[in-house]
Amino acid sequence: MTGYVLRRFLATIPILIGISIVIFFMVRLLPGDIVDVLLGGDQSATEEQKQQTREQLGLTGSYPEQYWRWASSFLQGDFGFSYRNTQPVSEILTNALPITLELVILGLLIAVVFGVPLGVLSAVKRDSAHDYVARVGGLIGVSIPNFWLATLLLLFTSRVFGWVPPLTYVPIYEDPIENLSQFILPALSISVFTLAIVMRMVRATMLEVLGQDYVRTARAKGVKRKVVISRHALRNALIPVVTIVGFEVGILMGGSAIVEIIFGLPGIGNTLLNAIFNRDYPVVQAATVLLAVVFIYANLIVDLLYGVLDPRISQE
Amino acid sequence: MSRGDYDPPVLAPEGPSDVGAGQWVYVPTRRAGRFAKWKNPIGIAGAIIVGLNVFIALFGKFIWTLDPDELVATRLQDPSWAHPLGTDELGRDTLARIIHGAQVSLQVGLISVGIALVLGLALGLAAGTYGGKIDSLLMRVVDLMFALPGLVLAIVIAGLLGPNRRNAMIAIGIVITPAFARVVRGGVLEVMGFPFVESARALGSSHLRIVGRHVLPNIAAPVIVLVSVYLSTAILTEAALSFLGLGTQPPEASWGGMLSSARSYLEIQPWLSIFPGLAIMIVVLGFNFLGDGLRDILDPRLGPHVGGAKDTK
Repeated sequence: MTGYVLRRFLATIPILIGISIVIFFMVRLLPGDIVDVLLGGDQSATEEQKQQTREQLGLTGSYPEQYWRWASSFLQGDFGFSYRNTQPVSEILTNALPITLELVILGLLIAVVFGVPLGVLSAVKRDSAHDYVARVGGLIGVSIPNFWLATLLLLFTSRVFGWVPPLTYVPIYEDPIENLSQFILPALSISVFTLAIVMRMVRATMLEVLGQDYVRTARAKGVKRKVVISRHALRNALIPVVTIVGFEVGILMGGSAIVEIIFGLPGIGNTLLNAIFNRDYPVVQAATVLLAVVFIYANLIVDLLYGVLDPRISQE
Repeated sequence: MSRGDYDPPVLAPEGPSDVGAGQWVYVPTRRAGRFAKWKNPIGIAGAIIVGLNVFIALFGKFIWTLDPDELVATRLQDPSWAHPLGTDELGRDTLARIIHGAQVSLQVGLISVGIALVLGLALGLAAGTYGGKIDSLLMRVVDLMFALPGLVLAIVIAGLLGPNRRNAMIAIGIVITPAFARVVRGGVLEVMGFPFVESARALGSSHLRIVGRHVLPNIAAPVIVLVSVYLSTAILTEAALSFLGLGTQPPEASWGGMLSSARSYLEIQPWLSIFPGLAIMIVVLGFNFLGDGLRDILDPRLGPHVGGAKDTK
């Protein structure tokens, strides 16, 4: 088992190296000299000034040299400096990360808390009115763009309650209530897609599990229906939920960018977008690699957990 | 362990037949139920929505003849008989712009899925039929593309290439290519293991002929399902990119762009934020429904599916 975990872990390293190379070259092979863009098309900039800027940015030498320099300092935790305000990239990212993490965790919490019971109900009362509403609702849930949902929620709360969430970010340790009131609408917006998937998945696995022999045996020996559903069936039906939640962590870290922008939350996605618009390449590179790392390891952890939760799945 | 585990493998029926009893043979079980399976309310609803969307995209501008870019009325009107969906912040007719948006989203969907289909088929066929080193190299590339969440990759590619619709379509096409490549490769590997491929080879069929006549028709079903599902993903992603200003550029009408500019008028004219989003949702829902229905009809093995690249592993 330890050997297997280690092997799976080692297998992610070439993927990370590959991703970092792809991102590095994508940024550099673009039309136009970054230095020209940075100096704002300033025609009077001398060759000397340009050279100086290049040196500051680590843009001298061949591409492999540049990559090596960037990658080795990256591994030492030195992500370079933003082109725009010379702030260290690591500082920008450590400011942004907790915001996105809080948003994603809240969103997934909402999705699981509502998705699991709805899915169970749907499976237990199969073909009832509730089941149909839940199934159609599930398909609508995966089709609704989260940025539109965010707009609708804003519209709804401002029309009905005359309330708009505060638009400047407040950390949770400063004012938890203000912070949560700020996060509730964005978390709801990003939760709906996952909620719909969780619901559909729980319904499908519940139906499968409820048809298994051991469930019938449990009923036959006199265990109450409620207990069978919650103790015998639900436990097994929850395993796929772990996969979805793990997968969605990776997706939502960057995928909630638009929702972050709508609600004025300076998270990772928001930072990445701003950096792209500003051509702030060190931030683009670091943020993208960070998102890839989260995505890859979230998936790895899910894969490994899956084997632990369901011993029938062979690890090899 | 369920009873299903004891099901015997599919064997040739006893009796007069050109295949000996007990040998593996293709049993056309699907044919019997083909028409029964068309009774699929979700799939039919999807087909109707998609058909309507295509009709509106192609002929809508001849029925509702207002110019989507022309300033035809006073600004920010509520829906009325003259302007059924109201007018926007410059006095343009929202219905005409929605119709133009339908055209845009369909174009983006078809082209980007077309890119993914061609690239995915090429990669998947090469990996699946040649195998060996080519296979593992190509699949490493696909793994790489799967190592970033789709929207992030689309944002980065579209952002770096420069914000316009052509680049957005390229970005979306690249992002959904790996899903196609994987499904095609999986299908090819499965089909290549079947005895009829071996027979064809023994009869002297060339490599190309085997791929064209035997492999491609047998992987068509899952690929068609994939096309339908990823059309919805592509339309949704285009809307997101245009909303961010990385896709279709204003003043041209696109659903994402309309939602983006409507944000500033949320308090004054909420209808502007409602109709384009509704259009996106209905069309995406249509393609998801259609994909669901097609899957039931064409490929029962794939099981229930929910949008996105979730279960293409």
